[in-house]
Amino acid sequence: MAQQKGKAWLFGDNIDTDVILPGKYLVLTDPKDLAKHALEGLVQGFSTKISKGDIIVAGKNFGCGSSREHAPLALKHAGVGAVVAKSFSRIFFRNAINIGLSVAISKDAREAIKEGESIAIDLEAGFIMKENGKRIAIEGYPEFLLEILKDGGLLQNLKKKFGKETRK
Amino acid sequence: MGMTISEKIFARASGSKRVEPGDYVVGKIDLAMIHDLTGPLMLRVLKEVGYDKPWDLEKVVVILDHQVPANSTVTAELHKELRAYAKKHGLKNYHDVGRQGVCHQLLAEKYVKPGMLVVGADSHTCTLGALGAFATGIGSTEMASVFLTGELWFRVPETIKCELKGKLGKGVSAKDVILKIIGTLGVDGALYCAAEFAGEGVRTLSIDGRLTMCNMAIEMGGKTGIINPDKKTLDFTGVKEAPLRSDTDACYNKVLEVELDKLEPQVAEPHSVDNVKPVSEAGNVLADQVFIGSCTNGRLEDLEAAASIIRGRKVNEGTRLIVIPASQSIYLEAEKRGYLRTFIEAGGVVCNPNCGPCLGGHMGILADGETCISTSNRNFVGRMGSADAKVYLASPETAAATAIEGRLADPRKYMRS
Repeated sequence: MAQQKGKAWLFGDNIDTDVILPGKYLVLTDPKDLAKHALEGLVQGFSTKISKGDIIVAGKNFGCGSSREHAPLALKHAGVGAVVAKSFSRIFFRNAINIGLSVAISKDAREAIKEGESIAIDLEAGFIMKENGKRIAIEGYPEFLLEILKDGGLLQNLKKKFGKETRK
Repeated sequence: MGMTISEKIFARASGSKRVEPGDYVVGKIDLAMIHDLTGPLMLRVLKEVGYDKPWDLEKVVVILDHQVPANSTVTAELHKELRAYAKKHGLKNYHDVGRQGVCHQLLAEKYVKPGMLVVGADSHTCTLGALGAFATGIGSTEMASVFLTGELWFRVPETIKCELKGKLGKGVSAKDVILKIIGTLGVDGALYCAAEFAGEGVRTLSIDGRLTMCNMAIEMGGKTGIINPDKKTLDFTGVKEAPLRSDTDACYNKVLEVELDKLEPQVAEPHSVDNVKPVSEAGNVLADQVFIGSCTNGRLEDLEAAASIIRGRKVNEGTRLIVIPASQSIYLEAEKRGYLRTFIEAGGVVCNPNCGPCLGGHMGILADGETCISTSNRNFVGRMGSADAKVYLASPETAAATAIEGRLADPRKYMRS
């Protein structure tokens, strides 16, 4: 989870949750069904066009709008490996970490990376590696959030605390 | 240096004397809410954990509000799941069809008190800050964690203060104020911040109007909207003791002043909530549909304002008017006062309390190329149905005037003195 490698998909500012996963699909709860409609509002057939591990590189305020966890779930299960943005809406940012989708804040990535370029992110080391070997800085985040991501999301953490084994 | 109301609430909830913006704290949750779209996803997480009993049966609220009554077998199954969960744990705070309303309105009417730390699995939970609580939206997995532990981590936010000066003129309301503020600050202008609405102007606003303002704090990225409690707040919530309030020397990272006297009716044009201009400058916008309702503007004061404009007039033949009161109690009171009759006689449709077409669920979904003037809170691409439809956000007054004229209209000419 802390390291991701993939092809870059570039997006602009203020990519909202209604284009990431339109409201009419909120009645779906199976991530596989949600994945089919990921980013449908912007790129028709996005889920069939991306390769597993591809990375979204966007402008500011990514994921603004709704608290729907269906949005990061749809991206993750469509195969998105990570989302890099200049800034995130706070609920999307938290949701992504909680469901184990890597998110990284970078002021410079959007301008420095080309559409389709192969990039690698190392959240722990705090940088993105470009095809030509150049590094772009990403903001670090607190240790406990990194731990949740390494666990693959908050669910594992809850299982540790409340799972059958623990409650015996 | 003093503290803001938000900092004081986080200090109390985390058992600290003092907290500063940027601190990470773990807060004890006073109230946690799920609804029919985010709740089932939370139950899915709890099922995987293998344990689903809430930490405190009194502090969790389950509300069916997005697609009520069920509009499909898929929705019916979601409702059935939540109903079964509430029954399994004997949840008293469960609101089924006919005993509910849009979740944020219901929380305001029945549950939230000043000083509380409230989380809801819905982004517009920030609405409740209008009652002097810190209220914010979270996702379903995080809500599963809250349901089990009763606590959650927070980064104490910086606060932006919006100082309202003067008093609104006739035909201009709280929605116009918040649209103006979002238009000024931008859709990420309050990212990660608390937006505190203050000044003498905010005191002139009713609780309904304050709820409208705080509701839209999320549309500029805010973690909550919040208003220091006053007598109106204490009367509304039935609280007697002195609540937490911002100190006069509290620290704000930005202060924005808004002159209410000079404010005209505002509209947010497609497809961004900060795409705001005065209605008078918006030009000729034909309206296929007008929607009056939602957690932003489905309250009694909103229906009253719309009914007073529509009374004795007819909805334009080219326009469909859909009115949805935000809760059962508002529905009943609006019926008693004759507002609903006014809408129906004018040629409008009145639906039962729920979110309706706001997020494209049902009850007025838009077709390709259609335009809706809506009192709701988002005008994103595809929000109310077709990705080729257009949504303009405005006040209930503007929406009512628009319904009569069939095109975006300034409501001030309909004001009766």
